Amino acid sequence: MPQNAENVLDHFNLFRQPEYIELFERKKKEFENHVADSEVERVKDWAKTKEYQEKNFAREALTVNPAKACQPLGAVFASLGFESTIPFVHGSQGCVAYYRSHFSRHFKEPTSCVSSSMTEDAAVFGGLNNMIDGLANTYNMYKPKMISVSTTCMAEVIGDDLNAFIKTSKDKGSVPMEYDVPFAHTPAFVGSHVTGYDNVMKGIVDHFWNGKAGTAPKLERVPNEKINFIGGFDGYVVGNIREVKRMFDSMGVEYTILGDPSDVWDTPTDGEFRMYDGGTTLEDAANAIHAKATFSMQHFSTEKTLPLIAASGQDTYSFHHPIGVRGTDEFLMKVSEVTGKPISKELTKERGRLVDAIADSSAHLHGKRYAIYGDPDLCYGLAAFLLELGAEPVTVLASNGGKLWEEKMNELFASSPFGKNCKCYPGKDLWHMRSLLFTEPVDFLIGNTYGKYLERDTGTPLLRIGFPIFDRHHYHRYPVWGYQGGLNVLVWLLDKVFEETDRNTIVPAKSDYSFDIIR
Amino acid sequence: MSLAQPESIEDIKARNKALIKEVLEVYPEKTAKRRAKHLNTFEDGKPDCGVKSNIKSIPGVMTIRGCAYAGSKGVVWGPIKDMIHISHGPVGCGQYSWASRRNYYIGTTGIDTFVTMQFTSDFQEKDIVFGGDKKLAKLIDEIQELFPLNKGISVQSECPIGLIGDDIEAVSKAKTKEYNGHTIVPVRCEGFRGVSQSLGHHLANDAIRDWVFDKMEGKPALFEATPYDVAIIGDYNIGGDAWSSRILLEEMGLRVVAQWSGDGTIAELEATPRAKLNVLHCYRSMNYISRHMEEKYGVPWVEYNFFGPSKIEESLRKIASHFDDKIKEGAERVIAKYRPLMDAVIAKYRPRLEGKKVMLFVGGLRPRHVIGAYEDLGMEIVGTGYEFGHNDDYQRTTHYVKDGTLIYDDVTGYEFEKFVEKIQPDLVGSGIKEKYVFQKMGVPFRQMHSWDYSGPYHGYDGFAIFARDMDMAINSPVWKFAKAPWAA
Repeated sequence: MPQNAENVLDHFNLFRQPEYIELFERKKKEFENHVADSEVERVKDWAKTKEYQEKNFAREALTVNPAKACQPLGAVFASLGFESTIPFVHGSQGCVAYYRSHFSRHFKEPTSCVSSSMTEDAAVFGGLNNMIDGLANTYNMYKPKMISVSTTCMAEVIGDDLNAFIKTSKDKGSVPMEYDVPFAHTPAFVGSHVTGYDNVMKGIVDHFWNGKAGTAPKLERVPNEKINFIGGFDGYVVGNIREVKRMFDSMGVEYTILGDPSDVWDTPTDGEFRMYDGGTTLEDAANAIHAKATFSMQHFSTEKTLPLIAASGQDTYSFHHPIGVRGTDEFLMKVSEVTGKPISKELTKERGRLVDAIADSSAHLHGKRYAIYGDPDLCYGLAAFLLELGAEPVTVLASNGGKLWEEKMNELFASSPFGKNCKCYPGKDLWHMRSLLFTEPVDFLIGNTYGKYLERDTGTPLLRIGFPIFDRHHYHRYPVWGYQGGLNVLVWLLDKVFEETDRNTIVPAKSDYSFDIIR
Repeated sequence: MSLAQPESIEDIKARNKALIKEVLEVYPEKTAKRRAKHLNTFEDGKPDCGVKSNIKSIPGVMTIRGCAYAGSKGVVWGPIKDMIHISHGPVGCGQYSWASRRNYYIGTTGIDTFVTMQFTSDFQEKDIVFGGDKKLAKLIDEIQELFPLNKGISVQSECPIGLIGDDIEAVSKAKTKEYNGHTIVPVRCEGFRGVSQSLGHHLANDAIRDWVFDKMEGKPALFEATPYDVAIIGDYNIGGDAWSSRILLEEMGLRVVAQWSGDGTIAELEATPRAKLNVLHCYRSMNYISRHMEEKYGVPWVEYNFFGPSKIEESLRKIASHFDDKIKEGAERVIAKYRPLMDAVIAKYRPRLEGKKVMLFVGGLRPRHVIGAYEDLGMEIVGTGYEFGHNDDYQRTTHYVKDGTLIYDDVTGYEFEKFVEKIQPDLVGSGIKEKYVFQKMGVPFRQMHSWDYSGPYHGYDGFAIFARDMDMAINSPVWKFAKAPWAA
C-alpha cells in the first residue's frame, strides 16, 4: 500500500509506486489496443525530421496549439481597466466562464464579468431581451459605474446590433438614459485577443469623446499639457502600469492611464472582497480628449484606437512593448520631447544601473540562441532586448502576427549584426515551433506556460515570459517595462542560463569540475 | 471563524430564510421571482431539496455555469486520449479549455495520445461567410497525415457551426469512408444549446451511442470476456482519480475493461457493452450512456461514491453485491486492508477539522458526493448547490444533506458572496472563478473541480490527500494575517 498518513504522497509520487506502475501496464496491454512501442518510437522520430516539418508547414486548415486567444478575452481585459466597470459580454454564457477562469488562473485574482446568457431562442429571435434583462440585472446587483458591452461569436454570427439594443434597453428602463454603456463588436473569428482589446478601447474612447452614441454632445477638445498612456493587452499589467506611473511621476509628467486594471487584478487579502478597485475614472476617460498626445505601448493592441484618437487632433505615438535600454530610451525620450519634461536624474541613474548590470553579465548571454513566441509586440520587445544583449533571437513566432509585424521584425533583425540568422514566423502555431526547435535547435525558448510542452518534447529549456502563465506564480506583479523592468528580464534570462549550466555540470566525478561556485 | 452561529435547527432555518429574502431584494422584481425558485433550505423528509433546476440562467447575474461545448469537449470527449478532438470554430473555446481540466493520462503526447493539445479550425470571417465544411474536410486530411497514430477524431462544434448551417455529419461520414472506417464523430455541442454544460454531456453521450457503438457492430472483440468485467463510467481521472479507484476494483477481484473517459481509449469505449456491470461515478454526465447500454446491451449499472472511507466502504459492498462470494470477500479484504490507513488519516486530521463548517458549490456529482468525506473528518456541510444539476440530482442529495442545509441552484456571484459573508463557513469548496473572491474575504478555500491542482481525491489513496488538503487550507497560518494588527 503506497499511501500513508504520516507522509501523504501526492499524485507525482503516488502514481510512481509499483502498484500503480503495474496497473498502468496491465491497462495498456489488455485494454487500450495500443500500437507497438516500436511504431510509437518510429513516428516520434519521424516527427523530428525536416520531412515532417515540410508537411507540418504545408498545413492550410488545421491549427495545433496556437499562441493566441479570441477577441472577447481582450475585450474583457480592456473593460476592466476602467473604474467600477463590469464587462458585459453579449452571447453564450460559457464564453464568460472561460474568460474569467483564464484570467484568474494567470493573475490568481477574481475576475468579474457577466454574460447575457443567450441560448437557442436567442439564436433564432436575436438577443435583445437578453440585453434588456441583463443590463437591468447587472446594474441593480453589482452597482457598476459603467457597463462595457462586447460580443461573442454567437451574437456576431446572428448579427445583433449592440447600438440599437443598448438604446432599446435604455428606453425600456434597464439602466438610466444617461448611464454609460460603451460597446464594441468583437467577433471571435477576426483577429485575436489583442484585436478585442483594441476594439473595446476604441469603443470606450469613442463613447466618451464622440457623443456617447448620439446621446450627448461631442466633447470639444481644449488641448492641455497632459498625455494619455495605453498599455495594451499585457500579462504584466500589474507591475508594468505601476512602473510607468512611477516613471511619469519621477519626470513630473501629467498623464492619464487609459485602461488601468493594475489594482483590480491585485487586491489585498484583508477580509474584504473588492469587486472594483482603481481603474481609469470615467471623468478622466472623457477628459483624456484634451491631452496633447497619446502613447501606446503596444502598437498592435491599438491599431484602431490610435487613428480614432488622432482624429480628435492629438498626436499619437506607438511602441512595440519596449524592453531594455534602447526601447526604454526611445519611449522616455519621446515622452520628454512631447511633454517638455526632462528625463529625471533618478531615471537616468536607473538607466546607468541597467547598463551596469548588462555589462556585468552579458558574457553569459552573448551568442546564446533563443526562440520566442507570444503576442506580436511582446515578441518584438523581447527580440530587441536580446539583440542589445548580444544574444540571437533566431526564431520569433506570433500566431497573431501579420504582414506588418513581419516587416517590423525583419527591420529589427537587419538593424543588428546579431539578427543576421534570425527569422520570424507570422500566423504560425506551436506545432510549427516544435518542428523548428528540432530542425534548428536553440539554447532557450521564451514563451508562456504552454511552452512547457515544447520543453518536454524538444528538451529546449523554457523561460516563461508571456501570457498566460499558469504554472508559476506572481510574475505578473513584476514590471518588464522601464529600466527596472529591463533589469527583471535580464535577471530571468541569466537565471535560466545559470540554472542550465549548473544542471549540465552537476554529475559528481563526471562534469562537476565545472560546477563552479562563482559564475 | 464561525461566529455567532445560530444554535438550533429552527434558528438555522429562520436565518436561511432571512438570508434568501435579503439576497433577493437586490434583484429587479422579475429576476427576484425567478431566482427565488432556486434558493431554499433542505427540510428533512422531503423528496428533493425544494429548488428548481436545469433552467436557463438569467442574463447579467454572473452565473458560474459554462456551455454545452464545455460539457462535451471539456468533460466527456476531451480525456479520451488516443483520439484527436477538434475544437471546430473560432480559436478561443479550445484555447481556454486547453489542458486545464487535469485529465491525467499516460502516453506520448502528440504521437499516440493528444489530450493536452489544442486542435482547432481557428475560424476566420471567410469560414463564417462561406461555411467551414471544406476546411473541416481538409483539416481531417492534415490530421491523418501529421498524426498517423490517432485512433479517431471528434468534431466538437462551437457556436457558429450550428448557426451557419454546416453539415459536419456529412463531412464526418465521407471522411470515415475515405479512411477505411476510421472513427470520426461529429458532436453538435454548440455553446448556445441548452442551459449549461449539462446538455453537452448528454449530446456527447448520444454521439458515443450513434457514432461509436452503432458503427462498431461486427468488429471483433479484443479480449475474452470474464464474469468479473466492469467499466468505470463517469470518472475523468482528474489528478488521477480513476486510477486510485481502479486499483480498488482490481484488488477486490474485478477486471476493469474500460475507463470513461479519464485515461480512456476508443478501444475501451468499444469494449464496454461487453462488461458485466457498469459502475457509475458521475451520474450527471454519464447516466445517459449507462441507461443506453442497459437497454441495448443488457449491462446493468450501479452508482457508487469513492469519496471518504464511509462511502467507499458502502460502495465497495454495493458493487460486490452484483457478483459472487469471491468478489464479496474481495471487497471485505480491501476494506480491511485499508482500514488502518483510514484510521491513521482520521486520527491525524479529524482533531484539526472537527466541527468545521463547509459550503460547497460545484458541478456534476460533487455537491453531494464529497459530503461523506467531509463528515468522515468531523466536518459539517452547511450549504451546497449544483452548477448544472437536474431534479434527480437534488433528489439524490437528500440522502446526503442534513436538515436545514442551505441549497442554492445555479448560484450567482452576488448570492454566493452574500451567503458566505453571513454564514461565515470555515471552508468554501468551489471553482477557480470563486476561489480568490473568498480568499480575499479571509475564508479558506479549495477548488473542488481541479482539486486545486492536487488530488487524486477518489479512493483510499485519494482520501489521505483530501484530508491533508482540507487541513492545510483551513489551518494555514496565513488567515491569521488577513487583518492588520493595527486595524480596528
